[in-house]
Amino acid sequence: MPERYPLDLLVNGRHVRREVPGSRTLLQLLREDLRLTGTNLACDTGDCGACTVLVDGRPYTACLVLALDVEGREVTTIEGLAGRWHAQSGARPPELHPVQQGFLEEGGAQCGFCTAGMVMAAAGLLEATPSPTEAEIRAGLEGNLCRCTGYTKIVTGVALAAERMQAALAARGVRQ
Amino acid sequence: MSGETRTEPFKVIGTRVVKLDALEKVTGAVRYLPDLEAPGMAWGKILRTPVPHARIRRIDTRKAEALPGVLGVITGYNVEQAPFGYAKDHLALKRDVVRCIRDEVAAVAAETEEIAAEACRLVEVEYEELPAVFDPVAALAPDAPRIHPQFPGNLVNFSYKFEAGNVERAFREADVVVEGTYRLNYVTTACLGTMAAIAAWDPRGNLTMWSTTQIPFLYQRELADALGTTGDRIRVIQPPVGGNFGRGLDLYPVDIIAALLARHVQRPVKIVFDRDEEFLASPTREPCSFTLRTAARADGILLGRDARVLIDNGAYVSWGSTTPYVMLTTVVGFYRCPNVRFDSTIVYTNNVYSGSMRGYGNLESTFAIEAQMDDLAETLGLDRLAIRKQNANRPGDVTPQGLRITSCALEECFDAVARDIRKPIGREPRPGWKRGIGYAGMFHVGGGARVYRSDGCGAIVKLDDFGKVSLITGASEIGQGSETVLAMIVAEELGIPFERVGVVNDDTAVKPWDVGVHASRTTFIAGNAALLAARDVKGQLLTLAAREIEEPVEELDCEDGFVFVRRVPQRRIAYEKVVRAGHFREGGRILIGQAFYDPPTQMLDKEFRGNVSVTYAFAAQAALVEVEEATGRIEVLRVASAHDVGRALNPVGCEGQIEGGIHMGLGYALTEELKLDRGRVLNGGFLDYKLLTAADMPEILITLIETVDEAGPFGAKGLGESGTIPISAAVANAVKDAVGVRMTELPMTPERVWRALRRSSPDR
Repeated sequence: MPERYPLDLLVNGRHVRREVPGSRTLLQLLREDLRLTGTNLACDTGDCGACTVLVDGRPYTACLVLALDVEGREVTTIEGLAGRWHAQSGARPPELHPVQQGFLEEGGAQCGFCTAGMVMAAAGLLEATPSPTEAEIRAGLEGNLCRCTGYTKIVTGVALAAERMQAALAARGVRQ
Repeated sequence: MSGETRTEPFKVIGTRVVKLDALEKVTGAVRYLPDLEAPGMAWGKILRTPVPHARIRRIDTRKAEALPGVLGVITGYNVEQAPFGYAKDHLALKRDVVRCIRDEVAAVAAETEEIAAEACRLVEVEYEELPAVFDPVAALAPDAPRIHPQFPGNLVNFSYKFEAGNVERAFREADVVVEGTYRLNYVTTACLGTMAAIAAWDPRGNLTMWSTTQIPFLYQRELADALGTTGDRIRVIQPPVGGNFGRGLDLYPVDIIAALLARHVQRPVKIVFDRDEEFLASPTREPCSFTLRTAARADGILLGRDARVLIDNGAYVSWGSTTPYVMLTTVVGFYRCPNVRFDSTIVYTNNVYSGSMRGYGNLESTFAIEAQMDDLAETLGLDRLAIRKQNANRPGDVTPQGLRITSCALEECFDAVARDIRKPIGREPRPGWKRGIGYAGMFHVGGGARVYRSDGCGAIVKLDDFGKVSLITGASEIGQGSETVLAMIVAEELGIPFERVGVVNDDTAVKPWDVGVHASRTTFIAGNAALLAARDVKGQLLTLAAREIEEPVEELDCEDGFVFVRRVPQRRIAYEKVVRAGHFREGGRILIGQAFYDPPTQMLDKEFRGNVSVTYAFAAQAALVEVEEATGRIEVLRVASAHDVGRALNPVGCEGQIEGGIHMGLGYALTEELKLDRGRVLNGGFLDYKLLTAADMPEILITLIETVDEAGPFGAKGLGESGTIPISAAVANAVKDAVGVRMTELPMTPERVWRALRRSSPDR
């Protein structure tokens, strides 16, 4: 049995403590140990973006991150994204994160296998760039492949989300 | 479709609804096959040959079996299996000979995926390499290595030969003849979710398969044959799947191997392809060399076409080997052309074998035909749009194969894209880049496709006493949104809010029969079945309501979830109350409607004649490109896409299919090619097999043209493949327009364009 090391982190706002082998990836930790299967494995080489999660608010492909490297960090997955938004905006369940809502309304998900990673990448993009241009949205999602949608409705969904996030945060007096 | 259907104004049809599975998908609650676990489940892994053509001299599995955590190892020598596949030309686990790099020689079941993979590395196989052939022309040589002893000359046993009119005379009498040979290379579906299977046997010998298939009922039969059991013992469950695009149209070795492993180790077994394996072992589009000649009069009227296609089949035959059916239909039927000849040669090689992929032969034919429409226009000095409209199919036409064109807005499609592609783009071409516009149209089945004895689909609509409407449909959901559009049809026909309709479509033990997802048939065929079943249950509902409301049934209708009296609409009753009356009163009844819709069409006969579809879909696309002459780079700035959809039942879904189709078609045109070298896949990953990203995609302008087809559900026709089909031809024509070179090979990489530029003008 490979040697295991202690690991402490926050996942979707909850404290997680595990002992993991040094080779365990963040994606394996999420999918297999924590059973957070919303994050999908599609390439395992960081080329498709399907496993994108937020680490301290910034998007990472979880297949390329070792679990031990996120010691003490805050990880947000698709299952915790709405909760992150509630904490940021004061919104309440069952309200979705505006990016999730934008995908829902615009039709940004077809087969949906890229959706979780795409939504997380877009949420990370909007935390860094709250009012992106269309070109910035497209460039920001360049690491996330979709085989179904041609990206059109993903891009419009993200643009809609950006507007609504700005409005919601402004209404609450949150300065960005 | 006969009978009284609801007419406009619609409540649900044509509205922008949220896809039924969208909430699960945006919240991560959706459970794909890789997310599922059966109690006691083991993991399976497949060992494949490292050499493309070899005799298996010896397999020793002892070291693998001795590895802790390994539950069992199977090979072609220790399990019972029957040949399978479209031509029954292979075994899931190979015996004696391997014929391509994909070939499965052993499989392991273990407690974890890692142990199974490690055990595969411990299986010792001794191969005696055999001479191999990777080029279809070389494979036809008399002294070429023989791939299957029973197929002399490496010829696949299917011939698609068609002739109508007098082709020789047409070419003799033509004012102009253009010709070319077009090379269409390997591309693959590259679904984000890989192929996967879970197999579980019960003590009675019944097998449950969780599968990524898109033909659950044909799969049930073929899997039973391969395992030596019967279809009634196999239940197929289709969890949400991460894309398919034709990938799931055959039974594959992975399905059989999962079942064999599960039987061998007496535990449920799950196999999920990793990405390398997906690129290596999931089906590709059939690569081909397409030679076409077109003859025309000086005024542009088409006189004749003569096409020969050479297809690299790879090592085994799949459903994909029937793609010439579609190639043939397009060559014979797209644009009016009275004298046509088509012939195909399908050749076994030691390459990986092809399968089915969205558009299914039509991209290839359309690429050749549309290149020559431009070449004809150029030679004759005619306008490129005028020559297309002059020869366009029209309502009432019958193609030389006997395809009956009913609704058809091909000319209007060209008008729409000609308008949209010329709208101002807001900037001038960059220095060193030249701008061009290209057009291409397409014609495809739009009312099912009778490639199997039945083209039918069953539907059941059940009303429950809470007001829930359940549509149980044979149709499969593969992400394309079939369940959403079918629910819209049911809601509209019943007069019940869309939110109250749920769809059950994932279990062969529950759902009625359907051929499967292919040929853009689901909205049309499954839609008609759902419509008929909804009409059936509505009749029952109104009959029961007549008793409750004490009015004659002819006086009643249902709207917004209420059964009401037509002449006094305020006299109404919630429909679930009617259902409850059926359940809870004496002499009760349940409300279940059912229908089977099998369209009035013909299979092609031995001469390849017959009307295979009730109606046909038409589309036109235009591409605005810039080409950098120094590098050969192509940038597509805008695509205009106009589609005769019959009726846009679900506009969001229509647009999504077209936008996604354009993405796939642009990849085919510009970047996607699965590179094989001596039968080995060189670029099996997303880093090297280049799908277009969000930043690579052009602006897309869509026009949906509603011809309201009399046979379609609320007038709809098929659409799923249309967006993919003409775009590579439109881009090639735009490149010709921009820099004057005719590209004849896909993808049009900068290197290929640069070489073509150099050939056309060496001092450029």
